[in-house]
Amino acid sequence: MIRFLGSRLLRAAITIIMVVTFAFIVLRLSGDPAQIIMGADAPPEAVDAFRTAWGLDQPVLLQYFHYFGAILQGDLGRSMRDGRDAIVLVAERIPATLALTIPALIIKLGLGIPAGITAALHRNSFIDRAVMLLAVAGFTVPSFVLGLLLVLVFAVQLGWLPSGGQESWRHAILPIITMGVGGAAVLARFTRSAMLEVLGQPYIRTASAKGVPWRAVVWGHALPNAAIPTVTIVGFMVGSLIAGAVVVESVFSWPGVGRLLVVAVANRDLAVVQCILLLVAATMVTANLVVDLLYGLLDPRLRNQPKRATGAA
Amino acid sequence: MSAPLVSLKGLRVAFDEQPALRGIDLDVAPGESVGLVGESGCGKSVTWLAALGLLPGRASVTGSVKLQGEELLHARPDVLDRVRGGRIAMIFQDPASSLNPVHRIGKQITEALRLHRGMDGPQARAEAKRLLDQVGIPDAARRLDAWPHELSGGQNQRVMIAIALAGRPELLVADEPTTALDVTIQAQILTLLQDLRKETGMALVLISHDLGVVADSCERVCVMYAGRIVEQAPSARLFEAPAHPYTRGLLGALPPLHGPRRKLSAIPGGVPEPWAMPPGCAFAPRCAMHVSACDAAVPEPVGLARNHRAACIRATIPFPQDQVAYA
Repeated sequence: MIRFLGSRLLRAAITIIMVVTFAFIVLRLSGDPAQIIMGADAPPEAVDAFRTAWGLDQPVLLQYFHYFGAILQGDLGRSMRDGRDAIVLVAERIPATLALTIPALIIKLGLGIPAGITAALHRNSFIDRAVMLLAVAGFTVPSFVLGLLLVLVFAVQLGWLPSGGQESWRHAILPIITMGVGGAAVLARFTRSAMLEVLGQPYIRTASAKGVPWRAVVWGHALPNAAIPTVTIVGFMVGSLIAGAVVVESVFSWPGVGRLLVVAVANRDLAVVQCILLLVAATMVTANLVVDLLYGLLDPRLRNQPKRATGAA
Repeated sequence: MSAPLVSLKGLRVAFDEQPALRGIDLDVAPGESVGLVGESGCGKSVTWLAALGLLPGRASVTGSVKLQGEELLHARPDVLDRVRGGRIAMIFQDPASSLNPVHRIGKQITEALRLHRGMDGPQARAEAKRLLDQVGIPDAARRLDAWPHELSGGQNQRVMIAIALAGRPELLVADEPTTALDVTIQAQILTLLQDLRKETGMALVLISHDLGVVADSCERVCVMYAGRIVEQAPSARLFEAPAHPYTRGLLGALPPLHGPRRKLSAIPGGVPEPWAMPPGCAFAPRCAMHVSACDAAVPEPVGLARNHRAACIRATIPFPQDQVAYA
């Protein structure tokens, strides 16, 4: 177990280092932040002064080592736009994002998993077809289209809910539904196929053959097995709690981490973008680690065999 | 034969309109051992899955399955749950995938004990240990906490048998119980089934594609072909005087243990597909004794001797010299 955890943590650390490095390189390649922040009309001296102030005049490799050294000391840099600590800027936005993503996750789980199980148990019935039709619709429609559609119906036509902003809890409803529906659709399809796969296994027939009532076969024999593949996708959803709302926050003008990311990228606010990416990588990697541990808990065949445990990383 | 324990009458099964079983009549007496042989796809497994209501929903099942007079076909779920594992138990071909991978062996046995004998806690655990001892698993107390993937195929099949015995069934249906196992393990499992039948007095239905396996273990053998029983007889009689050309073909394909070596014969052709069944005898297109009357109607079983019946219009006439029975 210690060895298993150790190797997982090492891999997690490597993943994060790679993300940080990748983000650093891409951002340095994608345009001069000094020029963008100071504006096209800024005098060259001012732009140069800005470069010197932020260390952008140094060789890229040196910048990278400085940046990396600072991270190891817990310093994620300051925003080039307003000079505040990037980590503070990002942290301020996290509650707003979680206010959307956590209720949305509850909808995904609460709607998607029961729908998938029901569809599988009534395979090829009307219920199955209806659930799958909704699921295909739910996950093929991009979230910005669904979001705009909901705005059109519930904000513009019916006038029941506001179309954007963050003034009250009513403002959160449409973005939460937009995210929840898409995720529930994905989860319903996934749960259904996992459940169908398990229901076709010989051990399900064995359970029936020894007289276990069907309800107990489903709960006691099928679900614990179907949970194993489903945990992967749920882990991914938990991992994207922080950064999974970029599009929806933009559509609904919701001041969360996702919107901060869009603005920071547009402004080449390097420290903020890097800080968010680091946070995203950390949550995703943590979620994956938890998924791996859950695999071991759910499937005895994966215990003591760390090589066979596969994550979604 | 005494009053049958289980009686199948005109049992028919179709999957998506394609017939898989075309009328099975079979009685199993209390304590009797019956073998069911035939090629894969002939319906031997389907017969008993249908009898216990274990086929998927798309299968349409008609006819009658009576357990001491009680109709099982389309019975209420609670009636079937009481019968399954409690009065008729079934074990399957692939023991490794027939056990639930996420439950410990002990839990899978005690589940049956709780359902059929109302046992719980330490009492159930003690009985589960006794059952593992009975089916010959060494170190039973420790094995109760093992997972199926930690045991070998043969041991898993013994666990399956222990689960089957947990409900003290009157009939154990063993569906190709040794097909997935090594030859040496096969013999051990077959011997175990024989011993358990003698100890417990339960009846045994052994489903196999291997005539040799069945003949050794069973008092009576039913030969199935294309969804029907074409011949049934006491084991010894079947080997001495097979009446149906198909049975004779199967015996001709077995190498003799005694006497001079001879060329093994194979039955030409293949089993007809369900959607292309001949109008008369399903075996007619492959039969060496085929006459035009064979195509007129599906032959009914005729009695040839005590407990010996064959569904062949030519069963009563002598066989050609080159097709004598190989005993």
